[in-house]
Amino acid sequence: MLYSSIGYYALILGLGISLILVYFSIKNFQNSSTLNTRILSFTFLQFFLVVISFACLIISFVLSDFSNETVFNNSHTTKPLFYKIAGTWGNHEGSLLLWLLVLTLFILIFFLKTKNQPLKYKLLTLIFQQIIIIGFFLFLIQTSNPFNFIFPTPEEGMGLNPILQDPALAIHPPILYLGYVGSSIIFSSALAATYLNLVSKVWASHIKKWIIASWVFLTLGILLGSIWAYYELGWGGFWFWDPVENVSLMPWLALTTLLHCIIVLEKKQVLTSWVIILSISTFTLSMCGTFLVRSGILNSVHTFANDPERGLFILVFLFSLIFISLFIFFFFHKSSPNNSNSFFWLSKETSIIINNWFMMYFLSVVLIGTIYPIFLEVLSSQKISVGPPFYHKLIIPFLIPFLMAMAIGPKLKWIKSNIVDKFYLVLFFAISIVLSFLIVKKFSTNLLINTILVSSALYLFFITLRDFFIRKYSNISQNIAHFGFSLLILSILLNNLFSSEIITNLKVGETFTSSKTKIVFKSINQKQEKNYKSIIANFSIENINQKIEDLSPELRIYNQPNIVTSEADIKTTLLSDKFIVINIVQNQDYFNVRYQVKPFMLWIWISVIVISFGGLLSFFKKEHEK
Amino acid sequence: MKNKLLLIFISLIFIIVFILFYKGLQNTNIYTPETKISNKIPSFKGDLFYSDETINSSNFFNSDKFYLLNVWSSWCVPCRKEHTFLMNFKESKKIEVVGINYKDKKINAENFLIELGNPYKKIIFDQEGIIAIEWGAYGVPETFLIKDKVIIKRYIGPLDEKTAKEIKSIIK
Repeated sequence: MLYSSIGYYALILGLGISLILVYFSIKNFQNSSTLNTRILSFTFLQFFLVVISFACLIISFVLSDFSNETVFNNSHTTKPLFYKIAGTWGNHEGSLLLWLLVLTLFILIFFLKTKNQPLKYKLLTLIFQQIIIIGFFLFLIQTSNPFNFIFPTPEEGMGLNPILQDPALAIHPPILYLGYVGSSIIFSSALAATYLNLVSKVWASHIKKWIIASWVFLTLGILLGSIWAYYELGWGGFWFWDPVENVSLMPWLALTTLLHCIIVLEKKQVLTSWVIILSISTFTLSMCGTFLVRSGILNSVHTFANDPERGLFILVFLFSLIFISLFIFFFFHKSSPNNSNSFFWLSKETSIIINNWFMMYFLSVVLIGTIYPIFLEVLSSQKISVGPPFYHKLIIPFLIPFLMAMAIGPKLKWIKSNIVDKFYLVLFFAISIVLSFLIVKKFSTNLLINTILVSSALYLFFITLRDFFIRKYSNISQNIAHFGFSLLILSILLNNLFSSEIITNLKVGETFTSSKTKIVFKSINQKQEKNYKSIIANFSIENINQKIEDLSPELRIYNQPNIVTSEADIKTTLLSDKFIVINIVQNQDYFNVRYQVKPFMLWIWISVIVISFGGLLSFFKKEHEK
Repeated sequence: MKNKLLLIFISLIFIIVFILFYKGLQNTNIYTPETKISNKIPSFKGDLFYSDETINSSNFFNSDKFYLLNVWSSWCVPCRKEHTFLMNFKESKKIEVVGINYKDKKINAENFLIELGNPYKKIIFDQEGIIAIEWGAYGVPETFLIKDKVIIKRYIGPLDEKTAKEIKSIIK
């Protein structure tokens, strides 16, 4: 009770401080050359208040204070402490409070860390950021207050959705939010810089840090979500083109493009319009994602509550931001005279422009695939399902030139360039084609397209690998990131080509034999845990080379809420994952067994980590590099 | 001025997008099962599961009896649950059960039918999931009740006792 009240009033005070901050900033913006120190104190105070509010919510969760509606809906006394805490942001209200926490934290960091930038720019960024913060405060207090009381106080809570009770998912939202919210700083700062006509090399090198940081967090956040889906949802895949995944992919694509553009802007003072538009769209796409998953317009794991009122709020807020930014862009942006048209065709600038267009293409495919079904339904009440075939057909062919451009692009110099090392470029190309032909040959289906795909990925792989050894192109972080990307595409392709699957129904004691594998269902154990009962099945799997492995997938029957989840058992080795999952067959002694061998699974995760590591490295890179 | 036109144009697009989203919010509950629709069957073309015969929408259904078109897959757990209900319709003279095997591996699907029985007179093999899209299926399982090439009823999710009873009463 007490903590809920403290948390609630801290929120109200926080909102008040936003208004005060906007007032002071505008005054300071109009007539002063020195920073009003009160602004800094108030920014800190605001952050502090949100921390208090967030801490109160965590305490309510830890103490299982069911007089708080959010706790009642999402927690239970038998839940382990770790998930009580993680449950704080495992629901709509709490996760919005986390958004707000990160928003206020980031603007504080921005204020403390930004040096060598005009005062007006800092103040204007603060104002834009406060507009966003006010929006979130209002949203939280109006439609999704995390501190609602219920009376009389219930004895027991409803429990957290068991599929969300997972370590990867406990840290997935905070990491992802750091990425999303980081893009809000980019958004505010881009608007401020446009308004003050500051979009320049200096600004670029200042905002680059924020872009890289958000990009790293976003990448890792998506990775965590994907790992979770892989072992928890029990389908054995890692990316399903589910709308929820798509809405995190879209800001990522925009941010990745922005990352490349900002490098050009930092060096050459061109592509200003690209940078501004991408800064705006990264954040609006993040917001759009929030809208899509929170309004109930899409159905998914993340749809915490179908509340049209919430949806309407975010929708209005989102479009207000879009129109503000459109207005600022059109009326204050002065495009630089040396425009992108004057690039020499073979130069780093051109290759980045090419990259941009590819990325924009991928982005629009994902965007259309995600929102077109909604529009179509509104317009004609027709329902369509857009699944993986749509994305695969539209994206895969374009991946080939994209990968090739990625291999050659970074080798080019600014302004005007020649292709050097022609010999190696051709040699590696030939090697890649031969190698991939040998790899793909075993599988007769789609020989041509697969060979080309694998060879273009291999090509990028070899080229980037070689670049590690010749230090002529000294951009190590770019090299690592591109290398990681080639590894990612290679792993995904090989994983797709060589995966095998056995689905069968078995009773305890039975054996399934196929030409290559023997699956023995040895026994079954039951175990009672604190908040669930688990049924553990023991299998031994014998491969063609007589190697025997034991796998024990698990079924968990949670008591609160009453849900059955299946926990896959995965044996991970460097080369392949063995994945087994069981399901209950209704009213029978049989279990439905899915056994999959998925090559290079581990490398998919590793390569994404490599990609983010590339970004991280460039974050800490010294300024002096040219 | 060119810039202004562009601004107006882009603003218009965003306003339209806003309206569409707004409208979309009104009918949030997209997933209403048992939607009653009297629509003609979509046109489609596909291969049969057991023979390599190609069929299309005009020759697949006759107009003299009811059809129960079931979208299923061996990897789909609820499909196992509803299979008993489909098997109950197998003997019926008034209705013919046909299937769309959705995004499946042939060998797994065959094992599935060997294990649980085959209620289907004909099965369309829809490995890419395209025919299911043409039918507007949300996923597996999903069942369409068809008469005279018109969809009279649609069941999203597995059939159960209640829906099976309903189908029986319709075909009587």
